[in-house]
Amino acid sequence: MEVLMCIICGFLFSAATYLMLSKSILRIIIGTGLLSHGAHLLILTMGGLKNGAAPLLGEHAKWYVDPLPQALILTAIVISFGVTSFFLVLAYRSYQELGTDDMDQLRGNDYE
Amino acid sequence: MTLLHVAILSPFIIAILVPFLHNYFQKIHTGWFILPLPILLFVYFLSLISSTMNGETIRNTASWIPSLGINFTAYIDGLGLLFALLITGIGALVILYSIYYLSKVKEQLNTFYVYLLLFMGAMLGVVLSDNLIVLYTFWELTSLSSFLLIGYWYEREKSRYGAQKSMMITIFGGLLMLGGFIMLYMMTNTFSIREIIEQVPTIAQHHLFIPALILILFGAFTKSAQFPFYIWLPDAMEAPTPVSAYLHSATMVKAGIYLVARFSPVFAGTPEWFWIVSAFGIFTMFWGSFNAIKQTDLKGILAFSTVSQLGMIMSMLGVGSAAIALDSIDDSYYTVAILAAMFHLMNHATFKGSLFMIVGIIDHETGTRDIRKLGGLMGLMPITFTISIIGAFSMAGLPPFNGFLSKEMFFSSMIRIVELNIFNLESLGLLFPIVAWVGSIFTFIYSMVLVFKTFTGKYQPEKLEKKPHEAPIGMLISPIILASLVIVFFFFPNLLAYTIIEPAMASIIPAVLGDGEHFHVHISPWHGFTLELYMTIGVVALGILGYFTLRKWSGIYRFIPERLTINKGYDAALYSLDKSSFHLTRFYMTGSIRNYLLYIFTFFIVILGTSLAVKGGFSFSLEGNASVGIYEVILAGVILIGTITSLFAKSRLTSIIALGSVGYTVSLFFVLFRAPDLALTQLSVETVSVALFLLCFYHLPEFKKPEKKLNFNWPNFIISLGVGTIVSLLALSANSQRVSETISTYFIENSYKLAGGKNMVNVILVDFRGFDTLFEITVLGIASLGIFGMIRLQVRKEEER
Repeated sequence: MEVLMCIICGFLFSAATYLMLSKSILRIIIGTGLLSHGAHLLILTMGGLKNGAAPLLGEHAKWYVDPLPQALILTAIVISFGVTSFFLVLAYRSYQELGTDDMDQLRGNDYE
Repeated sequence: MTLLHVAILSPFIIAILVPFLHNYFQKIHTGWFILPLPILLFVYFLSLISSTMNGETIRNTASWIPSLGINFTAYIDGLGLLFALLITGIGALVILYSIYYLSKVKEQLNTFYVYLLLFMGAMLGVVLSDNLIVLYTFWELTSLSSFLLIGYWYEREKSRYGAQKSMMITIFGGLLMLGGFIMLYMMTNTFSIREIIEQVPTIAQHHLFIPALILILFGAFTKSAQFPFYIWLPDAMEAPTPVSAYLHSATMVKAGIYLVARFSPVFAGTPEWFWIVSAFGIFTMFWGSFNAIKQTDLKGILAFSTVSQLGMIMSMLGVGSAAIALDSIDDSYYTVAILAAMFHLMNHATFKGSLFMIVGIIDHETGTRDIRKLGGLMGLMPITFTISIIGAFSMAGLPPFNGFLSKEMFFSSMIRIVELNIFNLESLGLLFPIVAWVGSIFTFIYSMVLVFKTFTGKYQPEKLEKKPHEAPIGMLISPIILASLVIVFFFFPNLLAYTIIEPAMASIIPAVLGDGEHFHVHISPWHGFTLELYMTIGVVALGILGYFTLRKWSGIYRFIPERLTINKGYDAALYSLDKSSFHLTRFYMTGSIRNYLLYIFTFFIVILGTSLAVKGGFSFSLEGNASVGIYEVILAGVILIGTITSLFAKSRLTSIIALGSVGYTVSLFFVLFRAPDLALTQLSVETVSVALFLLCFYHLPEFKKPEKKLNFNWPNFIISLGVGTIVSLLALSANSQRVSETISTYFIENSYKLAGGKNMVNVILVDFRGFDTLFEITVLGIASLGIFGMIRLQVRKEEER
């Protein structure tokens, strides 16, 4: 199972990279979204996908899945949500102000 | 802190007071307040002569950074004292001269004297420090104060250019010298020059010995304007003339000489030292005198003459180092080179100082320094003319002036080098006397040009800005003192010999002296009919011939194309360095984020891929893996489809929805992998994100037309494929090589016992690792405030309009 998940994560990273290298801001934001999905799944996979009960003591099971990666991912989800929404509004505002979403035109370079 | 430390630091202390003195006593020329200081210091250093004469040294240490072995150790021996006397003596004369030279009304005297005092203190520190780091500190202070003084008239472009050039070159050499010092420290574990000299026998074979030697010589050669680093000195002539007289003839440019002399006990005796110092020195001597003739500016002639004379002193120090390679003091006539170097050092300071002051007077009284405009001033300025005759004839090496004595000794040391049969001298040694002789002929010619083109010939009042007349007496005092010293040193050379020069020699080549022995340093103007005398006669004869036929043969200077000079090379190098770094930066700093991301991703792939391959980090095992279920495979398929859709969707709505589908599938994965809290959060966060996307939908930009098609970009595709592959490989390798057990058993055991909660994830979030959560809340808060700010800012801006 871990092998399959590793490959899926790699695929998500590939797709995210490809989107982030594109010209449109919106695609870049979608790319960051995919990237965070890939990272979260990767953390979960690396924590081990051994079968066991959900990390709730009420289950009275013999084996539980690892709770620590889940806590880490939860933190990461919230943070990436905050950042993504900020980006989204930033993109919206910059498009409104600058009238373009083409990264080739959004250059911080005076020499051109 | 001892009296000696106070003496070294006193110029710095007085420099602090200068602006106050300048502001509160505006009627009195500020220089008068400064003048007593160098005189006092000079007298103080004179009083130390009796102790160094007996071979004693004074060494006082004040702690600075004892833990690093860096202490302000003041050290006086013959060499240090000679330089200290030179610095304070000439310093006093130059300050006296500057009082009459610089106008109280027109010039900013406070800055001038602050810089000058800064320089004087730094120079004293250089020659009287035993600690290498302290020496380096003062060394850079001399570079800095010289920079400030050259750029004194900062509103002139040439001053700024000269200041920058001298700064670049001397700092370049200074930094290399610091490298040499650090190498010495690595070999000997001490910064003290005394202690380094004691360890020389053990470090001479060290592999850093020769690199340290070369680096330290870089410092000496840049500072002392040796070939090919002499180019800053002619441009430094934009400084006020007292500065040129003081810094660029008598003191600062001799710091390199001092360094070579100071490190002679360490490095002399090696063929590298001998060859580098004497070959560069003798060539500089020739090159400087050869180029001095084509100058038309009086200060230009003097600048090249200084270069030439410094080369002469340097070559004598190099030749004298051969004395150390020989064993006993019986070969003492090789030490004559060191004697001549020290003697000429003092002679040069006297006649070059007076010549600079004379040129300053001419400039001051006529308004020009161009020899093509000058002429026939002999009758108008008789005193100035007399002094310049004395200075120039001494420089040319004529009796009865002190330059004659040092030139004779220069020739004899060069002749005797031929008889040596070490360091390959048997074949190449003959070059030394020949080059020295030819260089001396040129020296004679430019000395004559300097005097006779200025003072004889046709008087051309229409070309002069002012009506020339004799200078005020105050301006003449200093050059008169120096010129009389020129003559006194000729008739009574032994006044200096045992008092100053012999102790200095003892500190340059201590190895050839036994206990209680002294050098035999009798200097006499008459040796009988020796080869040296015939050489001097030849110099005079050919020099006179050359001077009168100057017009005929000066055409040879046109054979050297202007653009092949070192100056052009320096300018071109600076320009192309500037240009090429600009182009390089423009080449990769394109301003396009996409390019930067490409660099970052490529770096990521190359570094991680290489280290994975080189270190054999990749491994693959299925041990301990969970089994693959049918649900997971289906969900994996859904993620693949969703991702590909979002990649290639033509409309943004499809893209957003595809991203949402991936998010929901991820939350389904969380369900399958038994993470209920994650599934809940992911589901709600994804819903809100997609809602946000849709909220902005009408305002979001449409995908651009060219990208609507399947516009496939190969480089991007390869890079992203690489990133994905690397991530997969790393993940697989990490998964296959688990090093230690998880720490989660602790959380499982103690969630209820210690924290009283049954939901382990939540207990970790708020109890075991509550700080993470605190700052994650902060992140959300900041994000929401940021969004709020961005939107509000827009409203306010519209109101303003």
